[in-house]
Amino acid sequence: MTADTHDISVTVNGTPYRRSVEARLLLSDFLRHDLLLAGTHVGCEHGVCGACTVIFDGVPVRSCLMFTAQADGHTIETVEGLAPDREHLHPLQEAMRDCHGLQCGYCTPGILMTMQAFLAETPAPDEAQIREALSGNLCRCTGYQHIVEAMKLAAERLRR
Amino acid sequence: MKPAPFRYVAARTLEQALQVKAEYGDDARFLAGGQSLVPTMNFRLAQPSVLIDINPLTKLAGVRTSAPDNVRIGALTRYGKLERDPATARELPLIHEALPHIAHPQIRNRGTIGGNLAHADPASEVPAIVLALAGKLRAQSVRRERWIAASDFFVGALTTVLEPDEMLMEVELPVAQPRSGACFLEVSRRRGDFAIVGVACTVGLDEAGRCRAARIGLCNAGEMPIFAAAASESLVGRQIGKPEIDEAADLVRRAIDPGGSIHASKEFQCHLAGVLTARALYTANERARRDR
Amino acid sequence: MTTRYFGAPIRRNEDARLLSGQALFVDDVELPGMLYAAFLRSNVAHARIRSIDVTAARAREGVVAVYTAADLGDYWAPGPLLVPPPPIADIIFNQRTQVPLAKDKVRHVGEPLAVVLAQSRYLAEDALADIAVDLDTLPAVVDLENALTDASALVHDGVRGNVAAHVRQSRGNYAAARTRAEHVIARRFRYDHGASSPIETRGIVANWDARANQLTIWDTTQAPVFLRNGLAGMLGLSERQVRVIAPFVGGGFGPKIMLFYPEEVVIPWVAMKLNRPIKWIEDRLEHFFATTQERGQTHDAEIALDHSGRILGVKDVFLHDTGAYNPYGLTVPINSQCTLLGPYVIPNYDSTFTAIFTNKPIVTPYRGAGRQHGVFVIERLLDIAAHELKIDRVEIRRRNLIPPDAFPYNNEIIYQDFAPLSYDSGNYEPILDKALEMIGYDRFIAEEQPRLRAQGRHVGIGIACYVEGTGIGPYEGAKVQVQANGKVSVATGIGTQGQGHFTSFAQIVADQLGVEVRDVDIVTGDTDQFYWGAGTFASRGAVVAGNAVNEAAKVVRQKILKLAAEHFECAEDDLEITNGEVSVVGVPGQAVKLGALALKANPMRGAVRPGTEPGLESTQYFGPPGGATAAGVHAMIVEVDPQTFTLEVCKYVVVHDCGTVINPLILAGQIHGGVAQGIGNAFYEQLIFDDDGQLLNASLADYLLPTALDVPRMEVAHTVTPSPLNPLGIKGAGEAGAIPVGPLFAQAIEDALGLLAQNIELNEIPLSPNRLFELTAKPATS
Repeated sequence: MTADTHDISVTVNGTPYRRSVEARLLLSDFLRHDLLLAGTHVGCEHGVCGACTVIFDGVPVRSCLMFTAQADGHTIETVEGLAPDREHLHPLQEAMRDCHGLQCGYCTPGILMTMQAFLAETPAPDEAQIREALSGNLCRCTGYQHIVEAMKLAAERLRR
Repeated sequence: MKPAPFRYVAARTLEQALQVKAEYGDDARFLAGGQSLVPTMNFRLAQPSVLIDINPLTKLAGVRTSAPDNVRIGALTRYGKLERDPATARELPLIHEALPHIAHPQIRNRGTIGGNLAHADPASEVPAIVLALAGKLRAQSVRRERWIAASDFFVGALTTVLEPDEMLMEVELPVAQPRSGACFLEVSRRRGDFAIVGVACTVGLDEAGRCRAARIGLCNAGEMPIFAAAASESLVGRQIGKPEIDEAADLVRRAIDPGGSIHASKEFQCHLAGVLTARALYTANERARRDR
Repeated sequence: MTTRYFGAPIRRNEDARLLSGQALFVDDVELPGMLYAAFLRSNVAHARIRSIDVTAARAREGVVAVYTAADLGDYWAPGPLLVPPPPIADIIFNQRTQVPLAKDKVRHVGEPLAVVLAQSRYLAEDALADIAVDLDTLPAVVDLENALTDASALVHDGVRGNVAAHVRQSRGNYAAARTRAEHVIARRFRYDHGASSPIETRGIVANWDARANQLTIWDTTQAPVFLRNGLAGMLGLSERQVRVIAPFVGGGFGPKIMLFYPEEVVIPWVAMKLNRPIKWIEDRLEHFFATTQERGQTHDAEIALDHSGRILGVKDVFLHDTGAYNPYGLTVPINSQCTLLGPYVIPNYDSTFTAIFTNKPIVTPYRGAGRQHGVFVIERLLDIAAHELKIDRVEIRRRNLIPPDAFPYNNEIIYQDFAPLSYDSGNYEPILDKALEMIGYDRFIAEEQPRLRAQGRHVGIGIACYVEGTGIGPYEGAKVQVQANGKVSVATGIGTQGQGHFTSFAQIVADQLGVEVRDVDIVTGDTDQFYWGAGTFASRGAVVAGNAVNEAAKVVRQKILKLAAEHFECAEDDLEITNGEVSVVGVPGQAVKLGALALKANPMRGAVRPGTEPGLESTQYFGPPGGATAAGVHAMIVEVDPQTFTLEVCKYVVVHDCGTVINPLILAGQIHGGVAQGIGNAFYEQLIFDDDGQLLNASLADYLLPTALDVPRMEVAHTVTPSPLNPLGIKGAGEAGAIPVGPLFAQAIEDALGLLAQNIELNEIPLSPNRLFELTAKPATS
């Protein structure tokens, strides 16, 4: 069977892209290897670990469970779009650094995208809410505690 | 873990989607949320020839009243939408209580109620709830449209009565009535995992505080969602107290035949079904009593 | 040296890149013309290979090549033995190592049979289905006791009883001690450990540049130097022609230090053969089979005690599942054997193990590396003894702790570094006391537990002690150099998988050389930047590489002072280095920047005195005479639902002694992460194999890694007994969090449910709600 290709237009981090993609190309692979936005990571390809989480039309989703063709006409944000510019970090990123919320950093982009959306909806969460929001992202290095601290700090700073 | 090749069709209209499905039958799958389908495709356990992406058919999503006492939820309605809708807690308390147990927020942002029901995983929460609420499901194909009672809809593990050319369109559920209470409980290994066993029950009381109606549904207690008829019946007409609850729990334990899994033996599942039934009935009853 | 940074919770240098998605991981490497590999893997655990037909696969459009063992020719060979057996008397050791692609036989599900190279991973996976494999399935060797019988199939022809090794070590005379004992307690214990499951799986990119005659390999390895050496040898290249880069690596935890994995041996060969860059990224499904893991041991152990609960001796006979091959020698079971002794005085010890080949994936160290198994046995024996002797479980431990004046404490038996197990320093009672204070042990037992029990709640408390042999040799090295811009460059041979080396090592240098931490850049994991090193494993990075960095920095400091003294024409003692410049004490305005000195030290022209080394640079090596012994105590309060057997950890305390602390924030992170993996091991994770050697839960949906809702808040405190074995006094901490969690859970759950009073003991790990139901549902006497 010759590959089934589709033309798509998608906006990623504010930049419009037009590409021709095979139907089965996973969105995670498209972002990483076609657009060279390798900050989104792949951990499992079955929707459990959360490393591939991106923002799709304003909500966090697993990019490994979406075909690129589905993204035609839609808007995506990845970790590369989080920081305001090359000299500065987003408050979430700063808080993670200040609290040692990352060790190997592999799960981190997925957590940043998940928690950015969460804090936008729940700006003053308690620890239980933070942990619940975090429960869809697996981390093998940190034991989560410093991530939780970082989220509390980020929430506080974002409210100021 | 990359999926096998397939032909992708982005549906422009409902008619087109149904047309393509009729043409390919079981070789084609509808792509709604994809949260159950795509993992199986990435594992190459499922290899459909055609994927019909129905996400563009936004009219298939949404919740509307269906007078006098029902709501109809479009099949493409995302769980995340239901979660954010304040009406859910009021009108569909079982779904509201089950939502935090359904996978994780990122999954719920894409997963749809229709996709979940059509997938019919026996461990899934919402099929059990729809069964407990005696919901009705509307299916449509190029040939016809039909309503299917929930009790007829699920026929086996991952198997519904949907025919190869049919799409699930919406589900109709009764809204919570005054003097009733509902409770959903499940035990799972981690939050968001499939239930080891889950119980969804509603209790309606009459003016004297006696049970007017009760319905107990279970997930992962068998090959499909279970409606515990005898246990539900046993409560009607009685003042619900500990003995009545214990009796119902016992009837549930004896009525089910769970399959067991690597996470739980069938004995443990039976035991949990009894425990959760008792706890859920107690809570539902308390909520009904408070709801005057 | 002024200690400004050493011991401070400095933010990490590497974080900005990681946080903005700019850090390079192996799968981020994109090279023109790159081809993608997929491996065909056996779907049965044990079989003879009759034939493999790749014709159809080769013909598929988009496929560039398909290779089997036959195609590798002379290159095909079993891998080297990475860790030879230690020098223990009467040892039996049968070396059987993994092969690049299976030939004649497959010995575990997932063993590679063929490799496909295609234009994309998608196409490569399509082609796997084209390969026709004819296998003669054999009975799978799965159960350890059955494996030893004559009736069992043999994983390796000629290896009778599937015995990979048999080792006996002893100290004193257990048999004699037993005759003197007032109490002897014997039990069978089962301990299962699992798959490391880093969020980044393994991966390799190999690029052979035929014109430059250079091979570059990006690999998620924890041991880039030895990988380079081995591959160069295998491929007939000089070491200088091969560069191995371990870039940012998404978690290691042990299995990424296994070397010469089949894929690691095959992919570079393919790259040279096809003259194209080749990428192989392990997917999560493969990870359950293709990456090494730990698994189970069965211990028949007994403890002999006097009337006051003092240990007279311990005897232990255990079986160890080593999987289909044993390239890593005996590290894991030796660790179990040694770490059983714990922080206790055990004058008589008789330990025997048999390592057994099974038709399952290879077992090599995973965080804890077998220590968990030993710690479980001794901690459980003490708990059971405490119950039988009616002594408080903390008290029985206290009575047996090695006293602080007994160090160095020689346990005599041989440890994984081939040296006698000697604890360099330690002071264990204060650790225990601090943990008890933090968990509120006395108050809990006397007041809170009875109060909550009266309310019908099932709460329990647990305490577990352990030691951890860390910081072993052989050595590591580091090169420190002051650059012309005044910043300091450091290179070392180990790799980094999140431990914060870029920062902790920078702290060491910053203190020695009077610069800011952020002005020290560290390179790890690149064999072109540093030639020698063993790797990151066994909680040794900070100890061994950290000390090497320190030694090199010290020499550079001396060079700076010497040069500056010449420059200012004063004595070295009159100088100080702060804020990146050297100044004369008490003479303001007399200062020279380090960068300027670096330039001065590397003149472009002119003559230098004989023996002068250019620049402000030094390469130094550090090899400790033995391992440094860290120790700790974990304590936990848990509440168990007596009907559903789900549990909630109410309080979790760790008190750890890893000597001098470089960066408390990084250290806390290591402890937290270790505990989280320990909790996974204790209550969630289990690799479930059926009788055919099939893994039933090969996905993250069913192999349960703990989430943020499953790992509690942890309180961490430290005591410090510096190691006398290295100038910085540090001990390792990478694995500590993971080690005692199993017995902690067993003890606390027993306490919560009052199981000991019902004659129910929890002598196995992992536990789970289902398992607790099974163990408690049966009548006590059956």
